Amino acid sequence: MIRTEELLLNVGPQHPSTHGVFRIIVKLDGEVITEATPVMGYLHRGTEKLAENLNFTQIIPYTDRMDYVSAMTNNYVLCHAVEKMMGLEIPERAEFLRLIVMELQRVASHLVWWGTYLLDIGALSPFLYAFSDRERVLGLFNELCGARLTYNYMRVGGVKWDAPEGWIDRVKTFVKDMYFRLDEYHNLVSGNEIFLSRVKGIGKYDAETAISYGLSGANLRCTGVQWDLRKAEPYSLYDRFQFDVPVGKNGDCYDRYLIRIAELEQSLRILEQALEQFPGDGDTMGKVPRAIRPPAGEIYVRIESPRGEIGCHIVSKGKAEPYRLKFRRPSFVNLQILPKLLVGESMTNLVTILGGIDIVLGEVDC
Amino acid sequence: MSEENKRDDNPVENKPPESEAPPAHPSAEAEPKAGESAAEAPAAVAASAGQPPSEGDAPVPERRKETDEEKAARRKATLEAREAAKVAAALAAAEAAKGGSSASAAGAQPAEESAKGATEAPAAAAAGGSSASEGAAAVGSVASEGTAAATPAASEGDAPVRRKETDEEKAARRKAALEAREAAKAAAAQAAAQAAQGGAPAGAAGAGEGAGADAPPPKPPSPSQPRLDRVAVMLRELVAEDAVEEAYINEANDHLPTLVIKNERWGQAARLLRDHAELACAYLRNVSGVDYETHMEVVYYPWNMNAREGYCVKVRTDRESPSVASVTPIWETANWNEREIYDLLGIDFPGHPDLRRIMMPDDWVGHPLRKDYVPLDPEV
Repeated sequence: MIRTEELLLNVGPQHPSTHGVFRIIVKLDGEVITEATPVMGYLHRGTEKLAENLNFTQIIPYTDRMDYVSAMTNNYVLCHAVEKMMGLEIPERAEFLRLIVMELQRVASHLVWWGTYLLDIGALSPFLYAFSDRERVLGLFNELCGARLTYNYMRVGGVKWDAPEGWIDRVKTFVKDMYFRLDEYHNLVSGNEIFLSRVKGIGKYDAETAISYGLSGANLRCTGVQWDLRKAEPYSLYDRFQFDVPVGKNGDCYDRYLIRIAELEQSLRILEQALEQFPGDGDTMGKVPRAIRPPAGEIYVRIESPRGEIGCHIVSKGKAEPYRLKFRRPSFVNLQILPKLLVGESMTNLVTILGGIDIVLGEVDC
Repeated sequence: MSEENKRDDNPVENKPPESEAPPAHPSAEAEPKAGESAAEAPAAVAASAGQPPSEGDAPVPERRKETDEEKAARRKATLEAREAAKVAAALAAAEAAKGGSSASAAGAQPAEESAKGATEAPAAAAAGGSSASEGAAAVGSVASEGTAAATPAASEGDAPVRRKETDEEKAARRKAALEAREAAKAAAAQAAAQAAQGGAPAGAAGAGEGAGADAPPPKPPSPSQPRLDRVAVMLRELVAEDAVEEAYINEANDHLPTLVIKNERWGQAARLLRDHAELACAYLRNVSGVDYETHMEVVYYPWNMNAREGYCVKVRTDRESPSVASVTPIWETANWNEREIYDLLGIDFPGHPDLRRIMMPDDWVGHPLRKDYVPLDPEV
């Protein structure tokens, strides 16, 4: 007769499959998880506290370091919130540049996810493909603002740098190539039988659960809820472009995978249109008072980051520094459902489910 | 940052703009003692509250160079005065619209002027506000009251109050300024209401006589106003009469209906927000905690995804033993958010299944996001 004993297993905080410094303590009954307790805070830098002593322009580089896989959207949410409070007008060229970099960022971010997720579940080569394509996006960003990861590109009122000569054309070329690569990715992975058996029906939940847990992004849309802030509550110039919001129906890891791949395609569609309509000339900075002091009041602004709804709640007392700045980080909120999903799953699925949520620890811990 | 601040103290673009500022009033601008206006602010507010400004506690007058604090205070006072002047103007316009007679049109002008001119405008505005609440008072009396309230304060100000403020005084002044601002807000709201009551014909008549010419037109009601009213009524009827402490529209935030819910009623109110078929806020977008130094606040953003609309709900709690009912049983997403707020601000959430620190280490002392937080370092 086989005797089983409860086993307490500590995963992380330095485990490669946790995508950062995330730790989870699991209780195992044989191979099956009976309880999972996430432990966070290893990357907590107190961004919100630091921000209270910085003016808004100084906070922008801190947002780069929250979700460091998608720094552009973080830049945007802060600038957008301040601009909204101050009622600033953004020149069209600047807004186009912002939208283009945000969509490029979404492509880069989803590529990182795609590569690392497949690496998590045992496929090495997709990682190499994804990172070589992502490298092209980083190269484009590098040309634009001199940084590959922490861009500090946007400002309240516009963007810091105009696109260099020929940059738009190079992005166009990238978009064209990327369509081709996406087909390749599909052929390489999406129908792979080993892959399917690892992700289909794993980490399932329904729409009601997803909404109750406040999930957003692909984690919400995989259950069939059509909720993409670019469509539901349009900001920037998104209401000018044609694109679809892919949704799933089963709410499992496979649907989340398909949605992200489909979103890559939609981002390319948006990019195509935006690059076509990109204004030939114009300012990249609006008229902004030298001291940025949002009037006393409160605002909550949210946009769709690659991971879901990233929000910025500012309480201003009319000073150059925020009185309180709170970021609603999609990774932090989405991760909450993990312990619920893990109970009853086998240990191997821990990595599949955790990877499927798509977290960035810099954002979870903030 | 400090460099920038310094630049702002000596501003080129951002100086308290003379061009925008109200026309110079002899007592405020002619003599170079503008710093007094700050010192006067509390006195002026006291006058508005119906107490005659007492000269008893005016300390020994003595002239010296302004400190940075005083400069800041003066700037603030100017700003407040400007706001109050705006309110007074709106009020006058409303009164004019209501009265619709040429007499009131004539009266509106002086009222506005006096409010604009005096640096003690909070007093004028508040006085105006009180007369507005009486409703029947003629504009002429508003003007005279405003001037009357302003004059003693101004004359008192001429005996200069010059010394460094103590912390208590500063706190008192801040409080007074806050009250003044609130009074001004209330007055504005009343004025708007009256303007609406006055109706179109009166307003048209007033415009014909040129009364409304230099007064801003009354603001149209917010598109979210019906939604706000509806949810407030529902909360009062279905939760408790005293459930809603405050309800207003946050215009800067896309006219978001904002409610302040009484702390004790929050649990029930949250359930109503989620479960009532009409509200159906199944999605809780964000939870923030804010330390306002006088109190703490937890801010929720429940959302109805089908209707694509939502609310901002605030629950206040005191700072000594802050506590707000947990909504984790209602929205799962509140779980970690509440833990984070507990960790960083020290607000207790009774009813939470697992309230412990989430970001800071378990043995951390203090709550870092509090405004008075001092890191404990046993090594030092």
